[in-house]
Amino acid sequence: MRPFRYARAAHLDDAIAAGSESGTAFVAGGTNLFDLMKADVLRPDTLVDVSRLPLDTIDDTPDGGLRLGALARNADTAYDPRVQSRYPMLARAILAGASPQLRNMATNGGNLMQRTRCYYFYDTATPCNKRAPGSGCGAIGGVNRIHAILGASPSCIAVHPSDLCVALAALAATVRVTGPDGERTVPFAAFHRLPGDTPERDTTLEPGELITAIDLPPQGFAAHSTYLKVRDRASYAFALVSVAAALDIDGGTIREARLALGGVAHKPWRDSGAEAALAGKPATPATFAEAAGIVLRDARAHDHNAFKIGLARRAIVRALTEAAGGKHP
Amino acid sequence: MPDSPRSTRPAPPPEPVAVTLTVNGAERTLKIAPWTSLLDALRLHLDLTGTKKGCDHGQCGACTVLVDGRRINACLTLAVMQEGRSVTTVEGLARGDALHPLQEAFIACDALQCGYCTPGQLCSAAGLLAEGKARSDDDIRELMSGNICRCGAYPGIVAAIRSVMNRRATDGDAP
Repeated sequence: MRPFRYARAAHLDDAIAAGSESGTAFVAGGTNLFDLMKADVLRPDTLVDVSRLPLDTIDDTPDGGLRLGALARNADTAYDPRVQSRYPMLARAILAGASPQLRNMATNGGNLMQRTRCYYFYDTATPCNKRAPGSGCGAIGGVNRIHAILGASPSCIAVHPSDLCVALAALAATVRVTGPDGERTVPFAAFHRLPGDTPERDTTLEPGELITAIDLPPQGFAAHSTYLKVRDRASYAFALVSVAAALDIDGGTIREARLALGGVAHKPWRDSGAEAALAGKPATPATFAEAAGIVLRDARAHDHNAFKIGLARRAIVRALTEAAGGKHP
Repeated sequence: MPDSPRSTRPAPPPEPVAVTLTVNGAERTLKIAPWTSLLDALRLHLDLTGTKKGCDHGQCGACTVLVDGRRINACLTLAVMQEGRSVTTVEGLARGDALHPLQEAFIACDALQCGYCTPGQLCSAAGLLAEGKARSDDDIRELMSGNICRCGAYPGIVAAIRSVMNRRATDGDAP
């Protein structure tokens, strides 16, 4: 790693003030940041350690929801009894990601901030508009088996790597942020960005802003939800395609549906059109196949990832079928 | 922060920082560069070379240690970030000449060949037992997935962990 200055923030205000300086990065769990610094992809000259700020609790909210502290560890979040009973889809998503060691280190806020695992982003010998804006995209015309089928641009076809975020998208979570201009809340769908012609920006956070918490609404779809992850290995691999599926079913009829995909786009891909199409329909395979068709209507493959379109179609139908059955394998 | 902090400022001069850790029960104070990983602090500054450097990127698990009783990858954290905490390495598992039950079980179950991944496997398994989430062999496999063994000693590793879990269930308390 290149040398850098290190400062441990004792208070949120100190962290925000220090984090607004250019060349400064926040560190909490560090699992993705140090990986990228060792690869020379990120070169901050100052690290502000926020890991000891008192933002690591999980608390009930007055509306019946749950507030996940930004610094609560992924493992502590997944095994929290309230998360397990009220938001089982979220617990499953977290436990589908990384390894136990990494989940013990990685924080909820850090999970939202993790970078793509596109090999061209990691390889400083190749062009990458996300790492070096304007240098081109190595994946377009290169090896692109793991890349996006939805929402990509001529600048970038990288995918967001998170499992946790796919469940948060389906749950319509809210991200609480503090920055130089004070506090604000960001709907989860507006937190991550599509690449457009500025793929160097993964999120809508402004410089110096720090995630303080993630709020879950009261509706956790505990009775009918699942997280399905399809990957090259049985464990400890990023998703080729993943699906967070949640249904509110009344007598065989879908009252409300949530559907979000991972591994297919630059951000967790929630499709409210498909959700609307599911509402009021019988919870049957035909209904689910129709929803899959809506999600994938604009899907576009590159040289090596056409298999993802069919894989996503089948994964959506299977996830919705499992959710409808109330199966939690 | 911006998404890609790539500063043009010159690198700062190395300024050692004081870090105090409790390592295998003994308080140790180091003067180290802030970018020293916990792994390098253990191996290069405390001569505790039991903890192994495999990939140095959090993918192989060879560097697994326990910090305040929880297993982590020592390669993906800075020593300075662990200030004041208690670190247990493979050297701290045994009590004098009495091996930890997991170490006994790894020997009994032939759970290693070359042995390079073994310190990480042992610390990870100790973390797994403390977490108490594993019930079946499939659970053990899933919850040990962060530790790679290129010799392929996985069946022995699962058997060793299973045997310690079984003994604890029978004895009713932790050894």
